[in-house]
Amino acid sequence: MEFKTFVFYFLSAILVFAGLRVITSRNPVHAALYLVLAFFTASGVWMLLQAEFLAIALVLVYVGAVMVLFLFVVMMLDINLDRLREGFWSYLPLGAIIGLLMVAEMGLVLGGNYLGLLESSVRQATTEDSNVQAIGRLMFTEYVYPFELASVILLVGIIAAVALTQRAKRTNKSVSPSQQVFVKARDRVRVLQMPAEKSD
Amino acid sequence: MQKNQGGTLLTLSHFLILGAILFAISVVGIFLNRKNLIIILMSIELMLLAVNMNFIAFSHYLQDLAGQVFVFFILTVAAAESAIGLAILVVLFRNLKTIHVDDLDSLKG
Repeated sequence: MEFKTFVFYFLSAILVFAGLRVITSRNPVHAALYLVLAFFTASGVWMLLQAEFLAIALVLVYVGAVMVLFLFVVMMLDINLDRLREGFWSYLPLGAIIGLLMVAEMGLVLGGNYLGLLESSVRQATTEDSNVQAIGRLMFTEYVYPFELASVILLVGIIAAVALTQRAKRTNKSVSPSQQVFVKARDRVRVLQMPAEKSD
Repeated sequence: MQKNQGGTLLTLSHFLILGAILFAISVVGIFLNRKNLIIILMSIELMLLAVNMNFIAFSHYLQDLAGQVFVFFILTVAAAESAIGLAILVVLFRNLKTIHVDDLDSLKG
């Protein structure tokens, strides 16, 4: 067995195990930690596919940021585990049947000779550029507009998350748009008739 | 590279089936943890990982970097999504003192 194949099977075994533990573990903290393991292993698999930039981005973004956020939230909430686990195993037969059917169907489609055609077309990276350089070049030329949109999405995410969870009383003065629309000119401006002062 | 006896070489199918298994695991996870909102969010993250795996596998085997750029955008959107999802979860817990899915029926007529 080739070394790469061995590494692939090793990582996939860990990945599938971690995935199964994510959905079956009793404690949400354990589930989050197994999800960290799954992301870490997946980044190893992506390394195997020569996607170095994304492998590192996955570890930085997911393990470093998103999963820490998950862990914070899990620890902040005081949840009644027993009530959440109620009827856990009663859904197993249906879920297992559907999951096995999905795997069987996808396996039939994906594992056949259909996509086996692509097995020989694996070339080594043709350019001397590193993966990071190539992606960066593509991202800042062809995909620069979606890239800017992604930054807008992140901004929306920040503002939404802060606005949702902000508990402090809003002390700033703000304009109510509905009242602003219905305002009439005579509410704002009053024309007064005043007698002119007599000049001596 | 042409011969592939006994599945010793990695093919595209290996990665696609790994992605399929991961996706199926997360679907089963949504079934099993039907009442626990946090684990459902985690299952969605796992699903996105499976989809990204397919993108990267195709990107590698077709030697087209566009797939990897797409995965970058999916990561961005997924990060924003989980941040907003967790914020909603925190607000929900603050108001209702529960994240049990069955208790979230205030919109039910």
